Amino acid sequence: MEQIVKTMSLKEQLSDQFQRHRDIIGRNDTPLIAQAREQAFHRFMEQGFPSDHLERWRNTDLKRTLSLDYDQDIVAPALNTEVSNLLRCNIPHFDTFLVSLYNGWYISENGSWITRPDGIVIGSLAQAIKHFSTLVEESFARIGQATRNGLEALNNAFAQDGIFIYVPDHVSADQTIQIVSMVDHDRNLLLQNRNLIIMGKNSRLKLVHCDDSLNQQPSFTNTITEILLGEGAVIDHYKLQNINDNSSVISTTLFHQEANSQLSTHVTVLNGGLIRNDIYVDMEGENCTSDICGLYLVDKNQHVDNQVQVNHLKPYGTSNQLFKGIIDDHARAVFNGHVHVHRNAQKTNAYQSNKNILLTDKATVNTKPFLEIYADDVKCSHGATVGQLDQEALFYIRSRGISYDNARLLLMYAFAAEVINKITIEPLRLRMDDLVKKRLRGELSICDQCVLHCRTKENTVSFDIDMSKI
Amino acid sequence: MDNEENSLLDHITQGEYKYGFVTDIEMETAPKGLNEDIIRFISSKKKEPEFLLEMRLTAYREWLKMSEPRWAHLRYKPVDYQDIHYYAAPKKKQELQRLDEVDPELLQTFEKLGISLEEQKRLTGVAVDAVFDSVSVKTTFSETLEKLGIIFCSFSEAVQKHPDLVREYMGSVVPSNDNFFAALNTAVFSDGSFCYIPRGVRCPIELSTYFRINAARTGQFERTLIIADEGSYVSYMEGCTAPMRDENQLHAAVVEIIALKDAEVKYSTVQNWYPGDKEGRGGIYNFVTKRGMCRGSHSRISWTQVETGSAVTWKYPSVILLGDHSVGEFYSVAVTNHHQQADTGTKMIHIGSHTKSTIISKGISAGRSNNSYRGLVKIIKRAQNARNFSQCDSLLLGDQCGAHTFPYINVENKSAIVEHEATTSKISDDQLFYCQQRGISTENAIGLIVNGYAKEVLRHLPMEFAVEAQKLLSISLEGSVG
Amino acid sequence: MLIIKDLNVSIQDKKIISGLNLEVKAGEVHAIMGPNGTGKSTLAWAIAGNEAYTITGGSITYRGRDLKELSPEERASEGIFLGFQYPVEIPGVSMTNFIRTAINEQRKYRGLQPIPAPEFLAKMEENKKLVGIDSKLTNRSVNEGFSGGEKKKNEIFQMAMLEPTLAILDETDSGLDIDALKVVANGVNKLRSKDNAIIVITHYQRLLEYIVPDFVHVLYKGRIVKSGGKELALELEEKGYEWLKN
Repeated sequence: MEQIVKTMSLKEQLSDQFQRHRDIIGRNDTPLIAQAREQAFHRFMEQGFPSDHLERWRNTDLKRTLSLDYDQDIVAPALNTEVSNLLRCNIPHFDTFLVSLYNGWYISENGSWITRPDGIVIGSLAQAIKHFSTLVEESFARIGQATRNGLEALNNAFAQDGIFIYVPDHVSADQTIQIVSMVDHDRNLLLQNRNLIIMGKNSRLKLVHCDDSLNQQPSFTNTITEILLGEGAVIDHYKLQNINDNSSVISTTLFHQEANSQLSTHVTVLNGGLIRNDIYVDMEGENCTSDICGLYLVDKNQHVDNQVQVNHLKPYGTSNQLFKGIIDDHARAVFNGHVHVHRNAQKTNAYQSNKNILLTDKATVNTKPFLEIYADDVKCSHGATVGQLDQEALFYIRSRGISYDNARLLLMYAFAAEVINKITIEPLRLRMDDLVKKRLRGELSICDQCVLHCRTKENTVSFDIDMSKI
Repeated sequence: MDNEENSLLDHITQGEYKYGFVTDIEMETAPKGLNEDIIRFISSKKKEPEFLLEMRLTAYREWLKMSEPRWAHLRYKPVDYQDIHYYAAPKKKQELQRLDEVDPELLQTFEKLGISLEEQKRLTGVAVDAVFDSVSVKTTFSETLEKLGIIFCSFSEAVQKHPDLVREYMGSVVPSNDNFFAALNTAVFSDGSFCYIPRGVRCPIELSTYFRINAARTGQFERTLIIADEGSYVSYMEGCTAPMRDENQLHAAVVEIIALKDAEVKYSTVQNWYPGDKEGRGGIYNFVTKRGMCRGSHSRISWTQVETGSAVTWKYPSVILLGDHSVGEFYSVAVTNHHQQADTGTKMIHIGSHTKSTIISKGISAGRSNNSYRGLVKIIKRAQNARNFSQCDSLLLGDQCGAHTFPYINVENKSAIVEHEATTSKISDDQLFYCQQRGISTENAIGLIVNGYAKEVLRHLPMEFAVEAQKLLSISLEGSVG
Repeated sequence: MLIIKDLNVSIQDKKIISGLNLEVKAGEVHAIMGPNGTGKSTLAWAIAGNEAYTITGGSITYRGRDLKELSPEERASEGIFLGFQYPVEIPGVSMTNFIRTAINEQRKYRGLQPIPAPEFLAKMEENKKLVGIDSKLTNRSVNEGFSGGEKKKNEIFQMAMLEPTLAILDETDSGLDIDALKVVANGVNKLRSKDNAIIVITHYQRLLEYIVPDFVHVLYKGRIVKSGGKELALELEEKGYEWLKN
């Protein structure tokens, strides 16, 4: 464990830490990875943390996050608890294969590297460097070449562990794989990891990824997940974020799609101090489809920023973005959906929609639905709305005898349901549905009872309105 | 795309600019380059009062500290600001009182452009303040307007005759340090138009100026100021054509509009500066700052623009909605062809309560051009019950062009309702075939469809302009493909 | 039952109703007629409690309670039902759940337990038959994608489900063909009893052939200018509204 000296800025601290411990950080590296790490470190030193001068960061200010001091583990920390305690999920009838990231480090009951009966390989990134070194090297090289912002470089310099999943050609996972990222620490913690998911030709995978925190301690997560979809691969990807109000998460997810692959990704932001999701989808082959959905429910001083960039590089691609949010109190929601249709991506269909409901005059929405189009035979459209609940509908409902509060709840839920209903794993959908209801009723705005690891027994919530029938 | 369409497309996209010619008139020109002495020279040439010189110098000093904006979706060779003449005026023999005193060659130029002053005066009832290379040549109809108390004259004349109005309002909407190009304009502006509509007066005719750039390597820095006093109304039209030139020419105009309580201003533009040749050589750089301020309650400012010209366009006619219940509107058709680039849109800043704005933008891209809509809708905390509706559509003609939409929506008040919609499409083969089956040639069908596509905007133009605009659309696109 | 005294109603400072008086007793059916823009719908909104309409003078009492003090949902729970002229579309909220929620909230207001599911379902079936709509409609979101006629039938369906004591039907007949009109009339007539009252707002005499009113009132410039029996409707049909303006 590294105690960081307080008088330095976070950037200086990190520089100091990297230089003093580069041998430990890179102890598992191949020469190529070590080289990428070194270059990334220098780039981070040049670029620093992203400032609001960058177009993609103009509405998200990291000052508060960066003003804190953080510890960063450079070797895996000791567990404070039994492994089995971390690998529990109490969603009823939700049969998943669970792996966990404990403070960013891989934890599993099955050891750090296993091959499942269906042929899927699951393990830690550290192990993957040994078994699949080329794939990991390529990932470090790709992120190394990207020059989007200093945070990605920083991750490339420090990331040592994370989840690695390899789905061989023609294999369909017979079980949903669930990753639980858990932050549990008694001091401020900075964690940076790298997840790499490789899908072979015509393979299929359902993946659920939950971010949780176990206490109110501030943390700063800077994580990158790369998901490569081979030809004809199909993935159902879900991300659920429910962390404490003092913590920041910068989550970058990069999807690379080969021909005929199908991506469905779905992010639900229930709680968090500062949550930023950078989602990049590169359609590198023809005839790809991708559905990118998001739901965010924020209040207090929370800040959520969803940045989606879909690059249509080849013909016959279809992309669909649907992001909806309800913003309460002093919270701020930012959305930037960027559809980029390249010159030869003819016959592209791209849709994008961002809808927001503001509940107070202290809440803010910044939305930028961008289209950048260089091919003529395409159908693209986008829409963005900001408003409040429909007053006419509110009156109509009340005129039937439904109370103001319930009418409001009903409309807010109906607003959110469009996104929730896109979840295709039934037990997960029911759970999300339930969480969203609780969240809207104000019963879930603290995360000490973490979503998927509730220590307390689940109480069935009885609604005045039976919203499950909606 | 089949061969026939291809050749048709070629035919159309290769159509050359129809308004290119140069008029030969003796010029009195300042040496190239920009420094405080040049600014003092311009100011003294124009016999300006002290405050204006001070304003120019302040702006110049601000400008020196600024850098050219780079955020737009535009690529162009950097402008050498020291390689430009900042002052050029036609040599005047004497004060002109009647049309026949105007230089006949000048009149001929206007006739070639189809905007003969005499024709205008006799037939259309439009008062024309023709700006020919920076200095107002002739103002017509001023007597009629004078009776109503309307002031419509060149900016220079307003500086001499109405310095108080100029002093009060100039820079009140676009401050001299607003942006790089506005600062430059404030420092070196040559001339332009000034318009004041007194309280309660409805201006009975469409006010109009035509702009041209004539001399080689002459920057054009127009300044327009329109003040609509309480309860007044004016419709103002601006139209531009420019002759062909090989070198890029810079145009950095500033237009300011102030609408007081219950006043309404409609500002219509048809912009057809020289776009460069089909290889992308030459053409005007059009970096314009246009902004209106709805200062009083229930005031209304409406921008309508048809943009077909210029090599590079950087232009965001905006409205600051300060007065309660004020209304801002922006209607735009932007056509780009060959290597043209346009980055244009609007900003609607909602400050007062019950303010309302509408944005309709239609972009049409052909050839190897790039056409971007960039807009901002901002609703600040105190702006109760603000409403905005935006619709930004793009049409692509050909597979070498680009069409982009960059809307920014910032809302800080929960009672706001903001809606933005955008679509991108091409002319469908079905639409073309349907027209062809009814005996309409592909070329005409495209003209028809494009005009239909732009109709929502064109109908906001004054009648005189609508016809010209339709013609321009057809000229710019006849043949641009499906 | 409903007593309106010297009622004044404004919307955004514009006075729509000025000095209107009306009494509706249990068991009665009243028809309110009049040209466009005379305040018929405004009267309906004011009774139902739309906050956009401000009562600037006078009073509306319903079964002894001053309605001004009640929210729209309380008025509904007191038994007032408004059939909207333009029913509102509510995407994402299913018809079934909407009605069940409404019934249960009204029951809660009256101190009753929620309606048992079998009873609710039986009632749904019965009333669907009454107004001739099928499950395809009730499984959809409230009014979303309904045709004009379906929306109006849906209002009557909701009325039948909620069993109000006072039903106000705001131009429920407009835009309906004769068959749909009969459905509407059937629904209304079924509600008719000595304990309930109905106010029918309409332009045309046509509906009144099926729902025979006890009283007909003519609303003009925000007040009732003439009242009479059912024959007044016929007289209006014949002479138009012009003769009243004098």
